[in-house]
Amino acid sequence: MSLEVIEVNGLATIQDSGRKGWKRFGVPASGPMDDFAFQAANMLAGNSENEAVIEIGLGDITFRALQDCVISVAGTGYGLSIYVWDFSLWSSYYVRNGWTIRFNKTDDGMWAYLAASGGVQTQPTLGSRSTYLRGRFGGLAGRQLQSGDVVSTGCLAHSSYEIAARTFREKARPAYTQSPTIDVIMGPQTKYFTNESIETFLSSEYSVSLTSDRMGYRLEGSPLTHRSKTELISEGMTLGAIQVPSNGQPIVMMADCPTTGGYPKIATVISADLPVLAQCVPNKSRIRFRETTVAKAQKKYRALMGGLRNSIVEADL
Amino acid sequence: MTFKSKIVPLGDSALLVQVGDEIDITTNQRVHALAALINVSPPVGVIETVPAYGTLLVHYDSLLLSFGQIKNYLHEKMAQAQDNVFRKGKQLEVPVKYGGEYGVDLEAVARHCQLQMEDVIRIHSEKIYTVFMMGFTPGFPYMGKLDDAIIMPRLEIPRTRVPAGTVAIAGSQTGIYPIDSPGGWQLIGWTALQLFSPESESPFLFSPGDEVKFIVEK
Repeated sequence: MSLEVIEVNGLATIQDSGRKGWKRFGVPASGPMDDFAFQAANMLAGNSENEAVIEIGLGDITFRALQDCVISVAGTGYGLSIYVWDFSLWSSYYVRNGWTIRFNKTDDGMWAYLAASGGVQTQPTLGSRSTYLRGRFGGLAGRQLQSGDVVSTGCLAHSSYEIAARTFREKARPAYTQSPTIDVIMGPQTKYFTNESIETFLSSEYSVSLTSDRMGYRLEGSPLTHRSKTELISEGMTLGAIQVPSNGQPIVMMADCPTTGGYPKIATVISADLPVLAQCVPNKSRIRFRETTVAKAQKKYRALMGGLRNSIVEADL
Repeated sequence: MTFKSKIVPLGDSALLVQVGDEIDITTNQRVHALAALINVSPPVGVIETVPAYGTLLVHYDSLLLSFGQIKNYLHEKMAQAQDNVFRKGKQLEVPVKYGGEYGVDLEAVARHCQLQMEDVIRIHSEKIYTVFMMGFTPGFPYMGKLDDAIIMPRLEIPRTRVPAGTVAIAGSQTGIYPIDSPGGWQLIGWTALQLFSPESESPFLFSPGDEVKFIVEK
């Protein structure tokens, strides 16, 4: 089965759960910006949680089904219409051959995930189908989708009628908002910053800058001051780490972030809050950071991910 | 001899083993020794490790392992990690065309170090370097340490495009750009070797811990 890309005014890339095992060679993980919505989309489509899907961001995008298929959509920041009807995200749908699937950008979020039953099929690179735009590999020829592309998907693993018309309970989704309080684990380089800066970081409001991308979200707000040194010898980095270069404006590492870095890290966003942060809109969001502990963060993440398994219900269409 | 290290969290699904905070061969060998020990049979929940100069980053699945559990495991491994278990990496020779269009900063480096260009080439190609770590872009080897005579800081304003294969230096480090990318290091030469071929069965020319010697190519 396959989907044709009709029109792209944004950024559409193929992503699975990311590249694992190559970080020590400098290969970023890539994968979805909002991992929760990504996994929910797969589960709605009856897939295993790490199948490849299409990540949609930044603008309107239209597809056409080239066969009857079951699709699902999760995420925020988009309105969805299929053929002539408007539908909600966080649901699965049976789509007829020839119908269009339109994603219309709204200003309440950033990323949506289009999964198809059977998963998007491409040749994996370094064990993953995720697109790494900077490295020009993965996904479809290492690039974003363009109009005219045909994206193949696998076959339906289940009876399609059973998979379609299901929805993901709202209560089990991350608490998406444009004025979130994001929990962080402080360190490891807090001692590189003045006490006032740490206080500023934990008390003032930040927004996401327009220059943000899949690699990192640049934060705009009160700049932070280093005590003296503004760099350290390079060390491993991870998703959610907040690096502060010499200009004092923090950058949160996102899906395509480099594997190592040499700027001090003031804190790291907890896994459970990364989806909420990923959906923060440039120049609109008002983000506050709050300190938490590793134990609390892991508990929160287990609770969130536990909800993935049993939150799909028949849709009330 | 076991070594003292500190384990600190980097968020809720990664942690850093801090062995040292300087660019130093012994420290780095300890990092690789610990990485090797873990990678032989990683426990369920350990996703991957990233060795750097003086730290080992461990990515783990927090749904399977708590911070306490992984910390205990690492303390055990650190007690076993002895300096002498360090397995030498492979030895590689890298042919380099120095200077001119291949290394546009060679002249500036010579001037900065008050040397002739031939001396910079000789000093750079004399030593055997260790691949301390890889990062920045896929396949980029951070190697060292350079002879003190040819140390020069990185550019103030990075170039937007450095061609693949370019050999460069910055501080006490030397490296090779595997793919066309932005770059702030001083460019002194170029190699025709391919450092990164994503579709190949062995995609990377180098691995962390390898030893590298540059060969002057006329």
